Amino acid sequence: MNKNTLTQYLSMEKKTCLYDRHVALGALMSPFGGFIMPIQYSNITDEHNAVRQHCGVFDVSHMGEVRITGPDAEKYVQHIFTNDVAGAPVGQIYYGMMLYPNGGTVDDLLVYKMGDNDFFLVINAANIDKDVAWMKEHTAGFDIKLDHQSDFYGQLAVQGPEAETVVEEVLGIPCSELKFYTAKVVCDIIISRTGYTGEDGFEIYGSHEFTQKSWDKLIESGRCKPCGLGCRDTLRFEVGLPLYGDELSAEISPVMAGLSMFCKLDKEEFIGKEALVEQKANGVAQKLVGIELADKAIPRHGYAVLNTEGEVVGEVTTGYHCLSVDKSVCMALVKTEFAKLDTPLAVQIRKKVFEGKVVKKKFYDKHYHK
Amino acid sequence: MAKFEEGLRYSESHEYIRVEGEYGYIGISDYAQHALGNVVYVDMPEVDDEVTAGEEFGAVESVKAASDLISPVSGTVVEVNEALEDTPELLNEDAFANWIIKVQLSDPSELDNLMDVEAYKEHCKE
Repeated sequence: MNKNTLTQYLSMEKKTCLYDRHVALGALMSPFGGFIMPIQYSNITDEHNAVRQHCGVFDVSHMGEVRITGPDAEKYVQHIFTNDVAGAPVGQIYYGMMLYPNGGTVDDLLVYKMGDNDFFLVINAANIDKDVAWMKEHTAGFDIKLDHQSDFYGQLAVQGPEAETVVEEVLGIPCSELKFYTAKVVCDIIISRTGYTGEDGFEIYGSHEFTQKSWDKLIESGRCKPCGLGCRDTLRFEVGLPLYGDELSAEISPVMAGLSMFCKLDKEEFIGKEALVEQKANGVAQKLVGIELADKAIPRHGYAVLNTEGEVVGEVTTGYHCLSVDKSVCMALVKTEFAKLDTPLAVQIRKKVFEGKVVKKKFYDKHYHK
Repeated sequence: MAKFEEGLRYSESHEYIRVEGEYGYIGISDYAQHALGNVVYVDMPEVDDEVTAGEEFGAVESVKAASDLISPVSGTVVEVNEALEDTPELLNEDAFANWIIKVQLSDPSELDNLMDVEAYKEHCKE
């Protein structure tokens, strides 16, 4: 509640090209991933509902971008990335991870195939320095050019059932023909049918000037609500999308997180493959599950998960009182023997213990346009 | 703009107490509910629980975070506002009308450590 802390942050955190606009809109600004970002403009619930029901725009310029080109670009991406981009059509996008040799996660990312031996990688803001260093460490023997472009690109995410008409009519970018998880280049910008909300929507990468002009048009149109990172988290959480740092980390492999489908073990090789093969064969000690509580108390990141004997068997990774379905739910990393559906588990919330059970870690259905 | 109510005592952690005889009604200020945003859960003690001045007696959860409730006085809980169990958003609608707990004061001199409305207004500006 201390507003003076803002001035402290300003000296250390980076700003996106829309910073002044967020402040002018009265956003609550807070540090996230090395940037000072808008958490909310009005309130999280209204912004959340705008995306589920109409349309919202997010400044996601903090995300990092790396371009990989050169004769060995595909071979290199195959080496550092868990998903299989071999022979992909131009414009196809893949979700997957970069892994440490022990199977722990360096980051989760999107890989856009922009052309033959031309890939555009989108990485998490908090991991930019680590990821770029990791990528550079593994270029030996590959004839590629690695171009770190995070400082060049701004990025907007226009999300919600009305996103397509808003992007076409307000921004004048034709996008109705774009299929889910594909991208195209329009003049100097990249637009893709992707997002992090579980709704239909688009992510648009362009220069700072383009990003600023587009933001202004979207806000002035009144057809698109400015949305902060607060509702970005509630939206991604309730459709079961992971956040690096919560559901994935150097200690949490994609197998533990239930994301094996994005790791193609039939690929010839990638960093971390042997570890995942071993984890698939012998099982993992902990797994990510969903837990639904009977009460309304909110399980938060780091709270202890207990079995019926009161022993600690895991830890909450993300939890909310789910806005789209009126329930308190969380994702939690628990010992594998407690990961079966309907297993009774409780969460310690402050001094009290709240009972619940294991459920699917998708609390609300995605509404993608496929 | 946050509203402030005369005649109440306020703590630095943004709780208020409305004293009536030997009892006090404790809640959170309008400034606090604004800062929290949509309240989705109120964690309250039970009747007959003891509360201590300066110590946590429950929590208010908004979508984005949980905030501890700190008791401005010591005493015994004689009533909790059960309406908040099903409708926690009452705190956003009117934080002063919707107190959280009613306490029988054990040491009324503790009230002297709290702020009056003018001092609390200054505190919120800091």
